[in-house]
Amino acid sequence: MRTLSINPPAPYGYIGQNVRVSKVNRATVTQSLSVSFTVGLYGTAFGAASIAAGFSLLQTSLLSLLTFSGASQFAIVGVMGAGGSAISGIATASLLGIRNGLYGLRMAPILKVRGVKRVIAAQVTIDESTGVAIGQEDLGTDAMKAGFWLTGFGVYIFWNFFTILGALGAQAMGNPSAWGLDAAVPAAFLGLVWPRLHGRFEKGLAALSLLVAVALSPFISAGLPIIATALLAVAFGWKARS
Amino acid sequence: MNALWVGVIGTSVLAFALKYLGHSVPEKFLTNPRVLRINALIPIALLSALVGVQTITENGKWVIDQRLAGVAVALIALALKAPYFVVVVSAAVTSAVLYRI
Repeated sequence: MRTLSINPPAPYGYIGQNVRVSKVNRATVTQSLSVSFTVGLYGTAFGAASIAAGFSLLQTSLLSLLTFSGASQFAIVGVMGAGGSAISGIATASLLGIRNGLYGLRMAPILKVRGVKRVIAAQVTIDESTGVAIGQEDLGTDAMKAGFWLTGFGVYIFWNFFTILGALGAQAMGNPSAWGLDAAVPAAFLGLVWPRLHGRFEKGLAALSLLVAVALSPFISAGLPIIATALLAVAFGWKARS
Repeated sequence: MNALWVGVIGTSVLAFALKYLGHSVPEKFLTNPRVLRINALIPIALLSALVGVQTITENGKWVIDQRLAGVAVALIALALKAPYFVVVVSAAVTSAVLYRI
């Protein structure tokens, strides 16, 4: 997949110069666009889930435009849709958004942007833009930047487009249970967590979190059982050796 | 302003703040391996908890219904390495069919 011929070991002086990137590596473009489209398509699931949880079309669209972080968006509609308070929904969504901050930490020295550009870069700092950027590491800094921006903007456009499509679809459907949306939402979460369960340790944490949250549900107010499992993650991460 | 709007705006503001903070903090902070490890584990715990709560509880009660069958099918689809789209749709179809019969 990679075009190995184009692999300049930083031939131009990067420091303080505006190097015009005239040719973006084709492999980078292809990868960015395919990731953007595939991931953007899941916006349909979010749009439908958000409507099923009782959010309006405007609120659903604003979540995709402004929050723009899949797991956090699913979390706020999931928690509040199940009767949780705004605070517990926001807390769950924000705990899931911390990793975007860590991606920003990783991307900032590569992008080197300030002012409005930094604001835009921050908004499109998500799993996919960072992932594609890091995937271009062998191709040099320019390819990493191109991968970040192309994927960031690409996912942004497709994600928002498909969110509206999914929301309109769900509005047309009526009763969410009749169309299986009640199972599609937890299945969507399961699909998000699945690739992260590399080993026995992660699987153990996942199973324990699921059981603890379900066990606590009848006893503490909605949303709190989910946040409580963050403590399990802290405990597991604290004592694990790596 | 109702609770849903508070949720939408609060989530959006904090999501952006977290992203922007990452771009603005010197890299030497927050590179503690323990912090990084916990950060990688938090999504696993929260997402798994959401799967459980949305599959077998309803309004703070344990409820076993068509959703569990749907999610079980999704689990099988994932084990068979099906793409995400197939996973979600198979759960929806299973649940919808059981709901209607």
